[in-house]
Amino acid sequence: MNPKLFAYFLQLKKDGLSEEREKKILVELNAADESHDIIEPADSGPPLPDIYSPNDLAVFQNLAPLMKPAEMCMRSIDELLDKDKQREEDGFPRKIRVGRLVKPRRGGKDKVVVVPTTVEEKFLHDSVKAPDDESSSGGAGDGEEGEVIGEQPMHSPDGAGTGAGQGSEGPHEMESNAYDLGKVLTEKFELPNLQNKGKKRAISRYTYEMTDKHRGFGQLLDKKATLRQIVETNISLGRIPDVGNIDPTQFLVAPRDKVYRILSKEKDFESQALVFFMRDYSGSMSGKPTDLIVSQHVMIYSWLLYQYDKQVESRFILHDTEANEVPDFYTYYNSKVAGGTKVASAFRLVNEIVEKDNLAKDYNIYVFHGTDGDDWDTDGKETIPEIKKMLYYTNRVGITIAEQSYGTGYSSEVERYLKKSGLLIDMYDYIRLDIVNQDADEPRLIEGIKRLIS
Amino acid sequence: MQLIDQRTKDIMEGCKERARDAGLKFQDETLEYIVTNRDLLELSPKIMIPTLYDFWVHDVEVLREKGKYELYPSNPYETVINTRPPISFYNDNNPDWLNVMIFYHVIGHIDFFQNNLFFRHTWDYDFTGQALSDKRIIAKLRAEKGRWVDYIIEFTRGIDNLVGYFDELAVLNRPKSHSTSSRMDYYFDVFLQSIKKVNIGEYIKEINRFNECMKQTPELGEQTFFADVTQKHPEFDALFRKHMQENGKPPFDLIQYLLENSEFLNKEENKWMQTVIEVIRNTSIFFQPQIRTKIMNEGWASYWHEELFLKDDRISGHEVDFARVNSGVTSMPRVGLNPYALGLRMFQYIEEIANKGKLSIEFKSLRDAQSREEFNRNTNSGRDYIFNVRENLSDFTFINTFIDQDFITRHNLFVAGKRLNPDRMVWEYYVKSRKAEDYREMIVDQLYHPPHITIDPYNTTDNTLYLIHKFEEKPLVQEYIGGVLMGIEFLWGGPVHLETHEVVSISSEQAQRYFSRFLPAKAGEDGQPESEVKWRKVLYTMKKRKLSKKAI
Repeated sequence: MNPKLFAYFLQLKKDGLSEEREKKILVELNAADESHDIIEPADSGPPLPDIYSPNDLAVFQNLAPLMKPAEMCMRSIDELLDKDKQREEDGFPRKIRVGRLVKPRRGGKDKVVVVPTTVEEKFLHDSVKAPDDESSSGGAGDGEEGEVIGEQPMHSPDGAGTGAGQGSEGPHEMESNAYDLGKVLTEKFELPNLQNKGKKRAISRYTYEMTDKHRGFGQLLDKKATLRQIVETNISLGRIPDVGNIDPTQFLVAPRDKVYRILSKEKDFESQALVFFMRDYSGSMSGKPTDLIVSQHVMIYSWLLYQYDKQVESRFILHDTEANEVPDFYTYYNSKVAGGTKVASAFRLVNEIVEKDNLAKDYNIYVFHGTDGDDWDTDGKETIPEIKKMLYYTNRVGITIAEQSYGTGYSSEVERYLKKSGLLIDMYDYIRLDIVNQDADEPRLIEGIKRLIS
Repeated sequence: MQLIDQRTKDIMEGCKERARDAGLKFQDETLEYIVTNRDLLELSPKIMIPTLYDFWVHDVEVLREKGKYELYPSNPYETVINTRPPISFYNDNNPDWLNVMIFYHVIGHIDFFQNNLFFRHTWDYDFTGQALSDKRIIAKLRAEKGRWVDYIIEFTRGIDNLVGYFDELAVLNRPKSHSTSSRMDYYFDVFLQSIKKVNIGEYIKEINRFNECMKQTPELGEQTFFADVTQKHPEFDALFRKHMQENGKPPFDLIQYLLENSEFLNKEENKWMQTVIEVIRNTSIFFQPQIRTKIMNEGWASYWHEELFLKDDRISGHEVDFARVNSGVTSMPRVGLNPYALGLRMFQYIEEIANKGKLSIEFKSLRDAQSREEFNRNTNSGRDYIFNVRENLSDFTFINTFIDQDFITRHNLFVAGKRLNPDRMVWEYYVKSRKAEDYREMIVDQLYHPPHITIDPYNTTDNTLYLIHKFEEKPLVQEYIGGVLMGIEFLWGGPVHLETHEVVSISSEQAQRYFSRFLPAKAGEDGQPESEVKWRKVLYTMKKRKLSKKAI
């Protein structure tokens, strides 16, 4: 057990803890020994062949079930989304789902592609078994009853999980796919644009200006520069013996002496929006809450990437009792949970970063925080002041609480102290809270983003 | 998509002759097409029926691993479709010998389609032809009604797995000779007993009188009989007509019920919806037998491609090529199931035991292992017997009847279990059982089985539809219930109730598992928590597109 954490726990205990709180904290404390590695996607292996999966075309002619090329799906997406919008107007829920990351396994390398998907809802029998219960299938060959005939590593190094995982290509692939995902999401969400700060443009765009000079040809003759060039040429040719008495009619003019202004594409590199993604990766986040938070942050991140043409800066912070900044979304996305919870640490770190780098002056700052609502700092004694401090400079703080469906039965600590503080009402423009059940589905998450950003 | 070339077609015609000589029965004409990957891309969402109606879901990636086959009971990658003529699909560059092998397999399927009684309702018409006209109707309606056509398709597809397939079959397969007129049924079963409440003596007298009439004039007997009846009970005709109106042919399934009783669908301006709904229902009924005979169908086709290919003199020299492909198709996986392999072995096994006379009572009452082993009556009726099996059984009856301990032992089969070994962080596969009943249960468990949902006439009122999901220790997939009920509500035009069961104890168990992961294990507590399932009866209500649930 981490002695520092334990000391903190004792401190908390001294200050008084309810029995339930203590139990919860102990659970996390015990889990805290596990390290914060990047998780390999959990993998229960490829599904066993069942009765209905083999088919004639595949077994005889090797005509494998095809997946529509992603580009084809992207092309039809506009039409589908229009249709979906119409559905909503007709009073039926939307049916097109996006952001599903699928992994066709061809040639060994897995790739994440984003496709519009849907399900056809029917009355179906569900399996009663929990997913990690043992399952059975047929088999043939030798072996006594009870004998283990083979095994398969739980986390295969290049295995493919669905949803949150990703293959071996690394962060770059993640980025470009997130971009695709964002493209779909913008249209789907109809999220309002993030507000601009001051008069400056929040994001850089291309501008076309006549600032570049070009010799020989161009759009506009720069007379002064041209004249200077001509003089220069003539001096070197020795045609100006007396600088006090210049006869311009005697100048020799070479075609290359003409200096033009030429239309040029200028990129404004001044990026004005900065987004902090923070998530709790403490032990209590294990499982569904983490999934939910990361998928929601994936969506926000993707959407930002697309909407602001990769011009928004993002920074990623993970916290348990201490907060750390991590270099990229990949690490942010895939880091494993363990340890205790102190929400304040993350907010404090953001405050520190902003202060140290003097970011508040130049940037619109957005903070998205994801947690399960558990906080060892039960009353938010440390957190609330940090949040207040933050609200001076941020444009929006969006907090998502993925609630555990078991446990205390009443609202979580973070929710309670946030509500108590009155910030949600007083500072409605600057801070939003969204509470989702840990069993929430994708549409609910998207709904949540709307709440956070609207 | 283009027809296969004449030379290959010629070879295939030769295959047909050989198959017929071996006893297979199928229609003469068939169509063979060359397909490219692009064709497949278009064909597969349409379940390989080129003329199936268009629906936007076909253009979208449909992702649903769980219950995939439950959702889409028909195999989207079938080589041959059950049409008249049957159409089969081939890759462009198959060598001749492979085409011959595939074609024998295809012939096996065609024979199965055209002789297995579970396909009886598909025998009298060509589905591609009907599908084409349906497709045109839907296209025409779509031009008039726009997106509403797609909503109707969507909502009907939501319940198209509840079609009364077996009821349809029952009507077709019922032998004509046993049927009695409904008037007679009513007279003897209802009128005399419940309305007139006659005593047994009179009842028997009436039966005798009926039999007398039938004996005298077999054709007109019933008429003469009822002429007397109407004289005696003038009210009989009126009562009978009323009874027929009330209890006439009951609707087979939910879709039909909606068609007949939904006020919304029977409004003049909504009549067109009925056409669309009929199309979806018929399409679904057509595909129903495919998934219910997967093991038999593939087994039968594999049996025949093996049998016929090896006897075909035209392609000798390719035995090794054949063996390679064939073993890929029909080998039993170490872990997992293969319908080709299982079905093939079962047909071979059945043929063998039938040949030895082992299906007789004499054999079954034999207890001595040695004499059971040596039992052989040389009946030579195995072939006939498997033809019989292919005609009359479906997967469920096939598996239940013929998987016995001898079969399991012969092929060294077992139920494989998969469990997590947390210490080593591996999934372990192990031999769970070698008992025939366990193996049967494991397969039957995997067989397609849509929920049985009926209309409760007592709780259904003019306005409210009340559905009951028969409890079979299986809950419904919860996330879909709302969507489906919303569709039904739309088609019904009023609130819809669904009575079903759900699991209650699972959530607490999850929490327990969550905590036990982190809390130090208590002494004496080991193994997995007992997963005892507690059930609760719940009533879902869909009213004004809002879903509510309450326990009842």
